Amino acid sequence: MVKKEMIAMLLAGGQGTRLKDLTTKLAKPAVPFGGKYRIIDFTLSNCSNSGIETVGVLTQYQPYILNSYIGIGSAWDLDRKHRGISVLPPYQGQKGGEWYKGTANAIYQNIYYIDQYDPEYVLVISGDHIYKMDYSKMFKYHKEKGADATIAVLEVPWDEASRFGLMNTNATNKIVDFEEKPKNPKSNLASMGIYIFTWKVLKQFLLEDEQNELSSNDFGKDIIPAMLNKEKKLYAYEFQGYWKDVGTIKSLWEANMDLLSDNPELDINDPTWKIYSVNPNQPPQYIAPEARVKRSLVNEGCLVYGNVENSVLFYGVYVGLGSTIKESIIMPDVKIGANVTIKKAIIASGTVIEDGSVIGDDSGEITLFVEDHRIAVDSTVISR
Amino acid sequence: MERIMGVINLGNEKDSLGDLTKHRCQASVPFGGRYRLVDFTLSNFVKSGVRNVGVFARNYYRSLLDHLGSGKEWDLDRQKDGLFIMPYYSNESYKGDIQHFYDNLPYFERSKEEYILVTQGSIVWNIDFRHVFEEHKKQGADITLIYKDYIQEEKAVYHTLDVDENERVQAVDLEKIVNQGDNVFLNTYLMKKSLFIDLMKETYEQGNYDFFTDAIRTNLESYHVQGFHFKGYMPFIHSVESFYNHSMNLLDENVLQQLFYNHGFIYTKVNHGPPAKYLQSSQVVNSLIANGCSIAGTVENSILFRGVKVHKGAIIRNSIIMQKGEIGEGALLENVILDKDVKVSKDRILKGDEIPTVFAKSSHL
Repeated sequence: MVKKEMIAMLLAGGQGTRLKDLTTKLAKPAVPFGGKYRIIDFTLSNCSNSGIETVGVLTQYQPYILNSYIGIGSAWDLDRKHRGISVLPPYQGQKGGEWYKGTANAIYQNIYYIDQYDPEYVLVISGDHIYKMDYSKMFKYHKEKGADATIAVLEVPWDEASRFGLMNTNATNKIVDFEEKPKNPKSNLASMGIYIFTWKVLKQFLLEDEQNELSSNDFGKDIIPAMLNKEKKLYAYEFQGYWKDVGTIKSLWEANMDLLSDNPELDINDPTWKIYSVNPNQPPQYIAPEARVKRSLVNEGCLVYGNVENSVLFYGVYVGLGSTIKESIIMPDVKIGANVTIKKAIIASGTVIEDGSVIGDDSGEITLFVEDHRIAVDSTVISR
Repeated sequence: MERIMGVINLGNEKDSLGDLTKHRCQASVPFGGRYRLVDFTLSNFVKSGVRNVGVFARNYYRSLLDHLGSGKEWDLDRQKDGLFIMPYYSNESYKGDIQHFYDNLPYFERSKEEYILVTQGSIVWNIDFRHVFEEHKKQGADITLIYKDYIQEEKAVYHTLDVDENERVQAVDLEKIVNQGDNVFLNTYLMKKSLFIDLMKETYEQGNYDFFTDAIRTNLESYHVQGFHFKGYMPFIHSVESFYNHSMNLLDENVLQQLFYNHGFIYTKVNHGPPAKYLQSSQVVNSLIANGCSIAGTVENSILFRGVKVHKGAIIRNSIIMQKGEIGEGALLENVILDKDVKVSKDRILKGDEIPTVFAKSSHL
């Protein structure tokens, strides 16, 4: 195999339990986002745009939709000879097999995969976050610092800091202390779950961690603290820009709404940093004479006869005459009849909402609707 | 349909769309917000199960080749068969499609399919060629010619067919000024590949070079030549005016459904733009909008291709704006066609007549 200076390992096995019914049939990275994407498109596009040509995708929970979506990686230009994308599910070997026990264990179980590329560095990322980042800049920083590990960090508001893994750094950005979700944070530099490791150092720690029966085999809880204990050189790489963990219904809704302002912090219409996705090749959207569309994102294949405001419409959505959709996310192939009112809701793929129904309300709570429901004529539904 | 090979013959196409066909062949003209005309025929082949498609390109094919690529978007990037592109390359000037076919004789001989269906690259239609094949077999025809009755008002020149009550072709009128109700030949024919090769060689050796005129028309009595009346939606596009009118017809729900939804999607090259964005100040009615657009102004009765930017206060009415157009603040556009990548400056007013004005690719106005 051709030697690679750095390869990426993308953790995509998470269930995303806080996304509730959205993830009953698919893994969190496969959850639809932003009118045409799945969450994992952002990390895969970052890899492609950063010039990373070898990506191992670690899958575990409900992998089918994710696997078939990734395919051979052609949407992200990752269908390459001698490199490209590999989907890496847990497997059985001669001594039996086991599930990925934690993020670090998932990498441990694929040491063979990494070693065949003989990389000097490994980028560990997850498919759970919405952000645009040039990993090659972080890589350059890692090499300049001569670090054993570099962790991308982001300043978060102090009152939210205790939800994150936090770094305390010295004047040179060297990490002196790491706390996982502390009650009384001493820092507001949060880990973004993006790591670059010098492979031979990480490999050693993974082997040792696996011997420790008390370990939860997790990067944040086990590997990083162990590296700090042994006085390895860990540096924080400060990221400026939009980054969002869309792990809850509320944050998923907010991240979608963030795209709707006239100049959003996350620009998805940047020709120099395209967000790639698998394209269903549908016709242009039709906006009827009676329709009104404001402050919204609308994808191909939509037929809009009603009013759409502050909303995100995925492909193939039909909005009937006299219907009003506000502050909502309408996932692929949802059919909305006439005179329907939808307010602050997430409607999952394939739902049919018949004439006159009322979904959601003004309470400020988000109404979530899961796949393949049919809502009968004139229903009123506020479900959470 | 593994028994049929498809040919898109661009040799006889008239590049008749004024400035729109100045630097590209007609098959490559953008249509319907995100397509090129050739997408319809290519998608028809693929949906009919044809897996071997040869494109015989003649003029201005750079943009066509760029669009087709490896044929991946149409699932024609195959180990076996797939998409074959044969630009015209002879030192001699083009004498007719037979010469172009004859130069590529090995392509026809090597293809394993028993039948061949030759068509053109700029028809907007949804046709299932399997139905044509079934009818061809049922009638015991040697050659089947596909035609469509002319229902438009404008004057136009086409080859027409006279058919009897059994749809058998009795006579052909070449280059006729057509009236409503005439059967316009759609430059599309089906026959056994062996017959196609025989006719091609024979006619070539006689020093004649147009397949329809010299190989089919002259043989109406020697072979069973059957007509196939295509009854689906199919606009005749032969001028800027008809291009414009039929583009605008896409804003009719029924036409939209017939062309883009009822028969499965039309495939085209994907470009990874984000969903269209409607800003707070946008007002859009009765329009087709493609992905990658960003709209802060007013758009009425118009078609916006991928990546068009409409700034605040700009007004677009009854117009077609092709890829990457940018309309400056306060500009007013009525009855115009902007080719790709046209920039219109702030407060500029551009108005066409009933026949819309075309603004050339990449111009800055």
